[in-house]
Amino acid sequence: MSAITGPLSEGEAAADAQRPWTSTLHEWAMTVDHKRLGIMYVLGGLVFFVVAGSEATLIRLQLIHSNNTLISPQLFNRLLTMHGTTMVFFVGIPIVFGFANYLVPLMIGARDLAFPRLNAFGFWLFLFGGLLLYFSFIAGDGLAGAGSAPDVGWFAYSPLAGRAFSRGHSTDFWTVGLLIAGIGTNATAINLVASVFTMRCPGMTLGRMPLFVWMMLVVSGMTLIILPPLTAAQIMLLFDRFLGSHFFDTQAGGSALLWQHFFWFFGHPEVYVLMVPGFGYVSEIIPVFSRKVIFGYAMVAAASVSIGFVALTTWAHHMFTVGLGAAPNALFVASTMLVGVPTGIKIFNWLATIYGGRIRFQVPMLFCLAFLFQFLCAGLTGIMLSVAPFDYQLHDSYFVVAHFHFVLIGGLLFTIFAAIYYWFPKVTGRMLSERLGRWHFWLLVLGFNLTFVTLHFVGFAGMPRRIYTYPADRGWDLLNTVATLGVPLQIAAVLCFVVNVVVSLRRGAVAGNDPWDAWTLEWGTTSPPPAYNFESIPIVHSRRPLWDLKHPEDPDGPHE
Amino acid sequence: MLGITGAIFVVVAGLLVYILVRFRGGAGSEGTDPPQIYGSQRIELAWTLVPLLIVVVLFLTTARYLFAIELTRPTAGALEVTMVGHQWWWEIRYPALGIVTANELHLPLSLPEGTSPTFITLQSADVIHSFWVPQLAGKLDLIPNKTNRLWLDPRRPGTYVGQCAQFCGVQHAGMLLRVVVHPKPEFDAWAAAQRSPAADEPSAHLGRQVFESVACVSCHTVRGTRANGLFGPDLTHLMSRTTIGSGVIDNTPEHLRAWIDDPNHLKPGVLMPAMALSREDLDQVVAYLATLR
Repeated sequence: MSAITGPLSEGEAAADAQRPWTSTLHEWAMTVDHKRLGIMYVLGGLVFFVVAGSEATLIRLQLIHSNNTLISPQLFNRLLTMHGTTMVFFVGIPIVFGFANYLVPLMIGARDLAFPRLNAFGFWLFLFGGLLLYFSFIAGDGLAGAGSAPDVGWFAYSPLAGRAFSRGHSTDFWTVGLLIAGIGTNATAINLVASVFTMRCPGMTLGRMPLFVWMMLVVSGMTLIILPPLTAAQIMLLFDRFLGSHFFDTQAGGSALLWQHFFWFFGHPEVYVLMVPGFGYVSEIIPVFSRKVIFGYAMVAAASVSIGFVALTTWAHHMFTVGLGAAPNALFVASTMLVGVPTGIKIFNWLATIYGGRIRFQVPMLFCLAFLFQFLCAGLTGIMLSVAPFDYQLHDSYFVVAHFHFVLIGGLLFTIFAAIYYWFPKVTGRMLSERLGRWHFWLLVLGFNLTFVTLHFVGFAGMPRRIYTYPADRGWDLLNTVATLGVPLQIAAVLCFVVNVVVSLRRGAVAGNDPWDAWTLEWGTTSPPPAYNFESIPIVHSRRPLWDLKHPEDPDGPHE
Repeated sequence: MLGITGAIFVVVAGLLVYILVRFRGGAGSEGTDPPQIYGSQRIELAWTLVPLLIVVVLFLTTARYLFAIELTRPTAGALEVTMVGHQWWWEIRYPALGIVTANELHLPLSLPEGTSPTFITLQSADVIHSFWVPQLAGKLDLIPNKTNRLWLDPRRPGTYVGQCAQFCGVQHAGMLLRVVVHPKPEFDAWAAAQRSPAADEPSAHLGRQVFESVACVSCHTVRGTRANGLFGPDLTHLMSRTTIGSGVIDNTPEHLRAWIDDPNHLKPGVLMPAMALSREDLDQVVAYLATLR
């Protein structure tokens, strides 16, 4: 296993610079290379992140004080729908699958995914699904009237999303946009599962795969189980709206709850589809920056698999208040609490990995550590919400909003930034600036906690979600103002990040193959890796092939 | 529960801080790696079993309460109320008392000796809504084609505010609810007043004529008149309520006038159309409505 081809020679670089930009564009548009598709996935996700973040900013501005008239109720509902939909389907999913696209083949010592063309197909479906969704803003009444963007919530509950209550085509943009993107996501999930099972290099047994690959296997498997029911429900909704069927049409005897079961059977495991990859990044980064092997590899992998299974049985905790009755509610209380156990186990494993280590507080590690604190909060408020009688009070209140933003921002987004700082050198050959990175980190920690710790209390004070304004006599003004004050800090943090990426791409320190002194296969090839990844397919003998090379006297692990 | 999760947070976060301080890599530690510890079955078993145990205890406690607070049939002597959710207001019916009203739920106080809770049947006329008055009970949804049941057991008189808690369209935020809890005699007086027929003061006859001759009557009911519509709130005792538009604004004649002139201005997106009445007609209708105490 040796490092291969260096960067372009000077002659090649000069020739490269002379090519017209159209030919570069053509190359990217036509590519089936998993690395380029991975980069485009993540970049696409980040662009949508800025869009959906701006929508959230408008929402927070509208709620800064009571009886605000900055935004009309109609537009507010469009914004909250587009914010949620975009963050889940066009930020979370493309970024986690983008990372998997880039990293899984490198980590398992393969030259590409099993089906490169299917991979490109999946990416373009995601992109055009997203563009179709956003086209709704200029459709109908046009931009000034905020178009006919969907306004029925990212969950599109029936019968509100039915033809009787959602006229025009806004809901159809939502349905068809997600349907298209969903097919792309499914294709990518199939690709990842197939690649993990068939493309591993010699010696890379399942038990030697990096934990990140394990987690993406779990995530892809879950996706294949949960996404088709959503697609089916969306097709049924289209039938209702266009062909006059009555699956969810309560005016003609249809069932409102049927949609909720379909949606949450997808929607709850979806949270794990987004979060488990985050666990994967953390499980790769924490050991490297603690200079210690992961504590209890088998346990972490097994915990991920069990999360994958248990998460499939918890969906109706989103429906505690629909009146299912005490017995079904009790069942879902049990499964929901149970899913906390493997999640807790992982936190202990990460702690034990750091324990006795020699911690390097560099930016990727800082994001991982903040993740540990914030995810701990998120997990514990999750357990609180799993107690159904408690949920009867706080369901659909700002407490829930705070809870899942702690999961998806405090948890997922922080791990995504950790992953970007960690793998950026591999992808571009340049290091991101530590100094700007620290600014980015501290501003985000401060802004995020200012906004979302506060929102827990807004929920305790009885403020429901999804209201475009509230009366002055409720006493929610002060807390809402404080929550909104966290927003500029978060915007500043994201600006630091953007500047960091742009500047470092041109002037960052040259990374070399292995800047973090890490142990997994991707650090054994050049930065950026050549199109074919490895000159010769590597042969591995342990979970940490690069550790073996660096420490021939003390090869990895007494496992197996 | 807050205690349990709080304790877990303090323990785990404390441990994390301790580890970070104790094992921070100082200068000069570069290049040497600490001993590699691959895991320990015993420790890992322990931190699997302990959380499992906590979860079992928490689950059993939860399940006990879950069944204890579920009451699907009214107890003897309980007041029965039916609430129907509409986009974006609450229809409130007292079948045994023959009362129909809107947006303000009046309840008798439960007596300390024997509980005489109020039993509420929740239904919806259009989309899903959710009944939530935080100080009185947890929330429960109003779902079309499904009947849910909730009981309240108020122990302190007063006015409680709540609102719809399930996203139900443009004016979800404007679907506010008030609950007024009276001592029993006061409640009985209120009920008697609500049961009485609509006021018919001679001074307002002109207004009544206008009211009965325009579209008001196809959506609203005033008992004893031509107005028998069911799409909007019952107006028989309109002036006994403190707000209009399901809580968006105080109920005064001036507000009423503005509301009838263009409700969309006070509650954007509301389903009631602007009535486009002439100035005189508007004054007379408001004068009539102001008599409906």
